[in-house]
Amino acid sequence: MSSDSSKASIALNRFGLGIRHNESPPSNPKRFLLKQIDGYDPKPRLLAGWDDTTEKAGEIIQEVRRQRRRRQSAMEAENQKAAQPLAQSSMTGDASMAPETPERPRPTISSRAQILRHDTALRTQIAVESNTPMIERLVHFWSNHFSVSAGKPGTPQQVGNHEFRAIRPHVLGKFSDMLKAAALHPAMLIYLDQYRSAGPNSTWQTRRRKRGNGQERGLNENLAREILELHTVGVNGGYSQSDVTEFARALTGWTIRGLLGVERLAAPQSPGSDYVQVAHEPGTRTIMGRQYEDTGAKQALAVLDDLATHPSTAKFIADKFARHFTGDTPPPALVSRLETDFLRSGGDLGGMLRVLIDAPEAWTPQPLKFRAPYEWLVAVLRIVDEDKLNPRRVASGMRALGQVPWRAPSPAGYDDIDASWAGPDAVFRRIELAERIARLVPSDNVMERAEAAFPGSLSAQTRTWLSRAESSKQALGLLLVAPEMMRR
Amino acid sequence: MTRTNLDRRSVLAGSLALGATGIVWPRMAFAQAAGTKNVLLVVLRGAADGLAMLAPTGDPGFAALREATLPNFEGARKADSMFTIHPSFEHVGKAYGKGEALFVHATSTSYRKRSHFDGQNMLETGGTKPFAKRDGWLNRLVSLVGESAGSTPKALAIAPTMPLALRGSAPASSYAPSTLPDASEDFMQRVSLLYEGDEQLGGLLSQALETQAMASDSTLRNLRDAEAAGKLAASLMTGPGSARIAMIELDGWDTHANQNGAFGRAARKLDALIGSYRTGMGEAWDDTLVLVATEFGRTARMNGTRGTDHGTGTATFLMGGSVRGGRVIADWPGLSNAALFEQRDLNPTTSLEAVLAGASAEHLGLDPRLTMARLFPDRATKALEGLVRS
Repeated sequence: MSSDSSKASIALNRFGLGIRHNESPPSNPKRFLLKQIDGYDPKPRLLAGWDDTTEKAGEIIQEVRRQRRRRQSAMEAENQKAAQPLAQSSMTGDASMAPETPERPRPTISSRAQILRHDTALRTQIAVESNTPMIERLVHFWSNHFSVSAGKPGTPQQVGNHEFRAIRPHVLGKFSDMLKAAALHPAMLIYLDQYRSAGPNSTWQTRRRKRGNGQERGLNENLAREILELHTVGVNGGYSQSDVTEFARALTGWTIRGLLGVERLAAPQSPGSDYVQVAHEPGTRTIMGRQYEDTGAKQALAVLDDLATHPSTAKFIADKFARHFTGDTPPPALVSRLETDFLRSGGDLGGMLRVLIDAPEAWTPQPLKFRAPYEWLVAVLRIVDEDKLNPRRVASGMRALGQVPWRAPSPAGYDDIDASWAGPDAVFRRIELAERIARLVPSDNVMERAEAAFPGSLSAQTRTWLSRAESSKQALGLLLVAPEMMRR
Repeated sequence: MTRTNLDRRSVLAGSLALGATGIVWPRMAFAQAAGTKNVLLVVLRGAADGLAMLAPTGDPGFAALREATLPNFEGARKADSMFTIHPSFEHVGKAYGKGEALFVHATSTSYRKRSHFDGQNMLETGGTKPFAKRDGWLNRLVSLVGESAGSTPKALAIAPTMPLALRGSAPASSYAPSTLPDASEDFMQRVSLLYEGDEQLGGLLSQALETQAMASDSTLRNLRDAEAAGKLAASLMTGPGSARIAMIELDGWDTHANQNGAFGRAARKLDALIGSYRTGMGEAWDDTLVLVATEFGRTARMNGTRGTDHGTGTATFLMGGSVRGGRVIADWPGLSNAALFEQRDLNPTTSLEAVLAGASAEHLGLDPRLTMARLFPDRATKALEGLVRS
């Protein structure tokens, strides 16, 4: 049986990411949350040395391609030397099966694995150390809303940039600003294939056709569709196939530098991407009943501005936002208040957060959500003294739990419903990881920490089994997987 | 071709001919009980392209739509005069040659829009609208078998979390090999006590422990590649107390760009998985049905980046020792512009739900009408018959 949570416990766990090991519980839960809105720092100390390589996206892809060619020719040379035995492994077509080449040429821009590992650790560390954990939760929420994955060539170096540059500054600002920054950031342009899309009647294509050189390029509607379906109005938001195609036409020209062979003509844009006029499909576009004159780069921005404040978007966002805090079936009255506020304020996300903090539905004493794996891990790292943990170990824990940041299996991001995470194997893995972490970190004052983490809300059962533990390490391990830690 | 298979068949045939029923009957009766029939559902996430899986190379419209992919199919195995099997499907193609693989083309669920997430939701729930049902059709199949056989078969998802198709009231477990060392037994026991009385956590943990005990073979603890996954699936579905109904997922089918390479990679993985699964099942292959399904197909034409966008009709296939394979079932709609669905996608003419319900019913000895009504309710469509030898 899960016991009821106090207001202080709700502020810490449902709104925030759990207590820090040296922190005391808040005496005024609401004020504790409102203070975080003022105290949020989009660029905390940990990001001071961050090297924003957003604008080098094209350069990085070129480098990736050069490396691949070098590897391939090295492999071919190798194959010729010993023609027979390798024939089988090339048939599997799986890179992980390929034999390691003896020497890897050092890339000019540091390796994608290094950057990705560094950025993932950085994002986690920011959340673990944060004294505005409610806002860090929102960073993760919006980053997942505008999900990009490190699974495509060129994206591992950009997914961190995407969150740090396109999400963090806007989580308390206007939704339209976040939408434009996130959907047009190079990470998204690569991830959803936009950077290759070109207007079939653009100057560039017409010229290529005339000369008969190179491969024909044309529209790719992936980004246009996902912006409508996943980022703004939602799948039932009232758009048709022709809206998708028209939007894809409006988006042509938005790309990343150095890939189309027309960089001379590129105009840098604020999301860190480029706009190439000659690849843009000329003409007025009609999207969801509105007409957009051909204003070049601004055509797509105008569409995004309208989508950001569309009533369907307000509904979609309000529902998703409420679900994140109040469970799989959010109370309709709360959703409707969030929606009204979103519409009235033109998509002010800070305003929506205040509505949530004021909502009695968000303070229901029974737990409303099963913590998703990454969130659970962050809460674990906050409650233990994590200095002793090797970041590599944390990363392997994340993989085992099945939720690595910027690795969602689809552009919809990770699911935000209980059934996706409350599985037998998922629980088992948390227990395995908890025991391991507990062995590695200091385990003093476990009972006091438990009381502080869930002030006035620790169940008798949990208290009993923590006190009966055979060692303080074991008690800490048990605390990390106690029902209070698994739900919020 | 394995010796064991031949030997067993010849032993059975020989015994019957000699009338030595005393030895053979118990074994056959055992083999026919619902309790020994296996079903493995393979869900291809991302919308797999049916026109690449099983290319209609005999349709004059194909070359015009897919010129860039034609070299792939030169010299590849022909299913018949109309269709060519994708060259990456080596094991699948061989099984087709032996009559153990059956393709159905121009299929689709009743979903007609193009969102992955809504499409997968309908593919897994069996509802007539996205998000209309909360449980999965495979879970309802587990219940149905339980009702008709008297005991509920074990069901298992080979995944770290429970996929929607297997969620529901029938008990099901999920398992994927962990990269972490085992928690100590004592700690695990204490957690069990801590969860006592907590319905959700207590239930999840006891299910996990049960599955853990089943997968004792530690050499298979690594789901690194598709082949290992196929082997793992087979090891969890053979032997006493093992799972009868299972599901596994493969992604990488959303081939918006450079279709040739991307589809080939995904198809090779699927092929390797099925190949090692077949080997791993051994003699039980004769009692096994593999269902391969995806949420919808892709555009008939290539897009501007040598890929294909979200579409409608696609292909599906069944495999297993008792599948009436070696043929393609298709009410072929054609590929002319007018024949395409909304002038862009392969027009679906066969209900995927009818294929899934029909094959499951025949394989498990269930009533096809009842099976259709339970797994995919509120449809006029009838379950397809003649897919599996009963």
